[in-house]
Amino acid sequence: MNWDTEFAISIIPQLLQGLVVTIQATVIGYVVALILGLAVAILRRVDYIGPVVFVVFEFIRTTPVLVQLLFVFALAPPTVAPLTIGISVLGVHYAAYTAEVYRSGIEGVAKGQWEACRALSLPPLRVWGAVVMPQAIRKVIPPLGNYLISMFKDTPYLFAITVPEMMFMAKAIGTEAFRSMEAYTLAGLFFLAVSVPSAVIIRRLERRYAAV
Amino acid sequence: MDFFLNRFPAYLDGALITLTVTVLGSALAFVLAMVVGIVGTLRNPAARAVATVYTEAFRGVAALVLLFWFAYAVPQITPYELSPMFAGVLALGLNVGAYGAEVVRAAINAVPRAQTEATIALNMSWGRRMWLVLLPQAWAQMLPTFGNLIIELMKASAIVSLINVADLTDVAGNMRQTTGETVLAYGSAMVMYFAIAQLLIVGMRTLERRANRRLGRAPARGGLRDLLRPPTPGTKVGTAK
Repeated sequence: MNWDTEFAISIIPQLLQGLVVTIQATVIGYVVALILGLAVAILRRVDYIGPVVFVVFEFIRTTPVLVQLLFVFALAPPTVAPLTIGISVLGVHYAAYTAEVYRSGIEGVAKGQWEACRALSLPPLRVWGAVVMPQAIRKVIPPLGNYLISMFKDTPYLFAITVPEMMFMAKAIGTEAFRSMEAYTLAGLFFLAVSVPSAVIIRRLERRYAAV
Repeated sequence: MDFFLNRFPAYLDGALITLTVTVLGSALAFVLAMVVGIVGTLRNPAARAVATVYTEAFRGVAALVLLFWFAYAVPQITPYELSPMFAGVLALGLNVGAYGAEVVRAAINAVPRAQTEATIALNMSWGRRMWLVLLPQAWAQMLPTFGNLIIELMKASAIVSLINVADLTDVAGNMRQTTGETVLAYGSAMVMYFAIAQLLIVGMRTLERRANRRLGRAPARGGLRDLLRPPTPGTKVGTAK
């Protein structure tokens, strides 16, 4: 079977529709991961709760996100939209990664900074809000950015729980028209079209923040 | 517990398939990473361009998209039909190999410049310089990231269940359908994935320790307790992609 350009052009709108869902899931899921990851990183330093949080997120981090998606999808009541499940699971899974990044950032803050806070007897909220976090976050912006791209590339998994993202569209087109080549190839190209430019931007950020 | 014990053989079969895909995929990824990574350090701009195109292309596309492309699109344009397992190994190997190539390239370039200059002063050939001086030093630096990549590959291998390979995820799905016990069916699979990951982490740490020892960077003895701590400060297996 040969490449059919006319057919390929005719399916672009459908695939782009899927791409919009893909990007939507990535952006919302990433916000969840950023906020939850920070909470996890801080909770891990608390007595008693810390080790429990650590074990739970270690488990989440070392098991496949696809299995987690299928698991939650099978358990959730049918009234919950698959996209909501997908975004939540991706967000929690990536929170396990971002928590590690935040942790390394927090550990990178010089010991003298903590000692100074104690000497000034700053309340905990100001220690974290005004001293530790501003220094920690600056250093972790590039690695956090990398996870945005990773997450974007993990959104095709949502197709397994019937979210109409790009892979879902590509497969639907393939079954309907009995030709899958164009759809899958275009899906791959669309992925490149988003992830290569974003990788370039992240590398720029990396250089900028590394210089400081 | 009874649920898991009764169905343990089925899960074990699935785990074996997952391990097979992981090992074969990692082997392919390793070879690609080494070759493309070394090509990326060459002075020849054409060779470097080839390496860059490979890494950008296969890093930029999701493994699942590659898998479906190999499994469904390739049979339509070529006379070859890839077996699902082979398509899985190919997709995972090519994808993770691209990440690995970047790691290899960066690690070789991070070896202090004076080492290269010394080999030139000693009139070493390019091959001897790579094999005897640059790679052993770069190797110790690559290993922690390789450990992360292997875990990522193992986790990503779950996608082969979507093209009907009977891996751990596929077994769990079947168990859920036949028994209706969602929590137990998927829970058992996740525990096994977790166990495989811990096994891989310990294995990679042993390799790291050996590499560091060969460079005279670590204490001669390790012991079991040391395996629980990451050998290089600030690195942790299973953290980054």
